[in-house]
Amino acid sequence: MLDLYQAGTSPVHMLKPGWKILCLAAVGSALFAVDHIGFSTAMLAATLVLYRIAGLPLSRAWGQIRPAVWVFGLIFAAQVIFNSWIIGLYVLIRLAVLLMLAGLLTLTTRSSDMIDGINAGLGPLRRIGVNPERVSLAISLTLRFIPVLSHVVHDVREAQRARGLDRNILSLAIPAIIRTIRMADEVSDAIDARGS
Amino acid sequence: MIDVQNVSLTLGGRSVLRDISLTLSERRIAIVGSNGSGKSSFARLLNGLHLPTDGQVLVDGLNSRSDGRKIRQSVGFVFQNPDNQIVFPIVEEDVAYGLKNHGLSPAEREAKVQNILQRYDLIGLRHQPSHTLSGGQKQLLAISGVLVMEPRYIVFDEPTTLLDLRNKLKVQQAIASLSQTAIVVTHDLDLVSDFDRVIVFDEGRVVADDHPDTALRRYIEAMQDA
Repeated sequence: MLDLYQAGTSPVHMLKPGWKILCLAAVGSALFAVDHIGFSTAMLAATLVLYRIAGLPLSRAWGQIRPAVWVFGLIFAAQVIFNSWIIGLYVLIRLAVLLMLAGLLTLTTRSSDMIDGINAGLGPLRRIGVNPERVSLAISLTLRFIPVLSHVVHDVREAQRARGLDRNILSLAIPAIIRTIRMADEVSDAIDARGS
Repeated sequence: MIDVQNVSLTLGGRSVLRDISLTLSERRIAIVGSNGSGKSSFARLLNGLHLPTDGQVLVDGLNSRSDGRKIRQSVGFVFQNPDNQIVFPIVEEDVAYGLKNHGLSPAEREAKVQNILQRYDLIGLRHQPSHTLSGGQKQLLAISGVLVMEPRYIVFDEPTTLLDLRNKLKVQQAIASLSQTAIVVTHDLDLVSDFDRVIVFDEGRVVADDHPDTALRRYIEAMQDA
């Protein structure tokens, strides 16, 4: 969600985020409820077709799995040792479908639309005191500030390295936390200033 | 018109501003002063981010103490570090954020967002993650996020401090082209040399308030003597 969204006008892009999230949950549940490799393989094929419908190359589908390839390798090895390679393959297909569908959701949904969907989904929880706007703002801020905080940590690490403190976790953590707290104060002011 | 009447401000037990009375009605007003002189705290009083300990701040007759939300609609605020002001991960979403808070429909939001992004040459970056923009583009995005709400007054807190010369010139041009009243807190004396009025702060008090030539000369002399 940080920078994955690919603008488009495909039916997948146009589908409301709430429905996409619901479909993801339904397919995820079905993959584990229907214990048949044929079903999982059909879901894999359907997922790849959805990528094409969304106007995305299949390399983007592979891109969702690539960072987790070593996890896939470990799971497959464990299944081969304790079960069989067929079951190993079956588990991998399920995981691959889930990762690719979750990726498709983020590739075709603006973070603000996703947040609106979450907001609408949490609406009924108002009755028990949950404020959906606050929850969705918190999610948005989390997405926004992951790269910013990573930049802060990088800056502090460089400054500490320049002073010969490259292996001291406290010398990294304390200034990074202090800068983050100061930043949080100003972000809070900025949100107030923009009428939240 | 912004009317600051006998305002004092204490933050964390420290007296930051002392008995300030000013009427701000010119189109371009600069606030200058050394670090810790109280100028940024003063700026935050103007849109109700800080409330005065004594005295009052009136914006077109609205009191910041009782009408803070309304005042924040008419007084926009651009912070020094745009990274702390950009709330949404994608450029167009961030610009639309304030409009959404004010209840505009998606169609109205889209029209205004497109218009402001075009104005600041950010339209090609509308789907881009905000963290990938350059410093100058981020500052222009922060300015767009404020201007899209069409405030009557805009307060800038050191808007060029973190920028290189090229980006500084872009922001300077953006400020010059505003139709609204701009109140700019800055250390950048070139930026304000053609303003209508310069107010100099020192240790929480106004020590000069005049045309740029006179006020800046007094400020520079005071800094050289210190």
